Amino acid sequence: MSEERSPCERSSGVRLAKKVLPKSIYDEMMQKLRAADITSPRECSEVAEEVVRRYVQSMAEPGEPVGTVAAQSIGEPGTQMTLRTFHYAGLMEFDVTLGLPRLIEIVDAKREPSTPIMEIYLDEEHRYSEEKAREVARKIEYTTLEKVMSSIEYTLGEREIVIRLDPEMLEDKGVRAEDVLDVISKGNIGEAKLEGHVIRLTLSRELLPEESLYDFGAYKAAETKLRKLYLKGIKGINRTSIRVAEEKVVEGKVVREYFIITEGSNLAEVLEVEGVDHTRTITNNVFEIMEVLGIEAARNAIIEEIMHVLQDAGLDVDIRHVMLVADVITWNGTIRQIGRLGVAGEKPSALARAAFEVTVNQLYEAAARGEEESLRGVTESIIAGLPPRVGTGQVVVSVEIRRGGGGGSGANR
Amino acid sequence: MSARKPSRKILEHRLVPQHRKLSAEEALEVFESLGVKPWQLPQISVNDPIVRLLGAKPGDVIEIKRRSPTGGISLAYRVVVALERRA
Repeated sequence: MSEERSPCERSSGVRLAKKVLPKSIYDEMMQKLRAADITSPRECSEVAEEVVRRYVQSMAEPGEPVGTVAAQSIGEPGTQMTLRTFHYAGLMEFDVTLGLPRLIEIVDAKREPSTPIMEIYLDEEHRYSEEKAREVARKIEYTTLEKVMSSIEYTLGEREIVIRLDPEMLEDKGVRAEDVLDVISKGNIGEAKLEGHVIRLTLSRELLPEESLYDFGAYKAAETKLRKLYLKGIKGINRTSIRVAEEKVVEGKVVREYFIITEGSNLAEVLEVEGVDHTRTITNNVFEIMEVLGIEAARNAIIEEIMHVLQDAGLDVDIRHVMLVADVITWNGTIRQIGRLGVAGEKPSALARAAFEVTVNQLYEAAARGEEESLRGVTESIIAGLPPRVGTGQVVVSVEIRRGGGGGSGANR
Repeated sequence: MSARKPSRKILEHRLVPQHRKLSAEEALEVFESLGVKPWQLPQISVNDPIVRLLGAKPGDVIEIKRRSPTGGISLAYRVVVALERRA
């Protein structure tokens, strides 16, 4: 590196610190040194050595049961949460699952959250105008005929179905009446004519054969098909809404950044839409994130989601516990639940599995398979009354006994 | 599993840390310095979109430069595995 290093940075203590400390702590230390005007190599070295000593002291000890500590550190505050709101009528019109149910959803690795939500950020061109943001939202929102019509009518015995379009909704969704006519005409349903905002559709003989001309069910089926007729948008995105992400004052003018929040989620396709900022757009469905952005992104998303839930409930849980949980969930490259069907169920020890859930089944199955129990894990050790291999329990002390001779070095009896 | 190659755009996503495929020598060095066997490392699927972009094969080691909220930048390693996924 060509960067000029100060005498302080060249001192032995600081060089050691650079090797040992995480970057953020090292940077903070250097910044504080500079702020305190400590520049002599000797002083720098002394401070750095002390920082390193404290850092090493505060690290998790070898053998420390960090998993148990993480479980308790999240579990205990979690009990405070139960008593609070279960379902939270989210910001404005969206219903978002928060609190304990959401936490359970994440650690149980549910394939779909009960309320999938996306936050779609926009690119430079679209993010500063509500109109432009709406343009993108219209491209994204899944729109069917049902959403833009006000009524659908038919009379038994007549082939004609009358669909009245709602001009306001057409405008809102950015669909023209002609577009609707186009889709219907191409849909192999029958002959359609447009009169103002009314579509007169003569059903085809395939859809409504002569003999079922008086069959209400056949009409109903045609109606259902028409209602679900796809006009535009991305599958899965049921509703969109424009929100303000940030308000800034630039050169005396208020600049607002808009983003789109959606009910329903489809990350893969939304990222491809023009006008979407593909670097910040996220979903609360971690499985989708794993599939589209990879396991490491899913790990980050899990951390963010859990921290978000905990912080919302006003719980102060150290992020390192949550990071450990996310590491365990994503350990084998997929998202595994923390439970009988995931992490806990894949333990090698039958007793450890039995201790978690469905004890009798686990024991039956282990017996049927003829499993061996090596009693090495913490749970098994406790069941069997052995010292668990945790902390000092991990260390085995062997004593060398010397017969005859006596004295000398080594242990006594 | 879509056969289509993922777009490079995903590498720019804020949730995606920097991934790098290690050479065999570098991988050995990692095993040595951490004192682990390959199967003791966390895993990443060959079907992972990032792994597909890197063109890594099962057995390769991926170095991940995580932006850690507590440590600034931290290095993590995952070994590429071919895992059958339960549907």
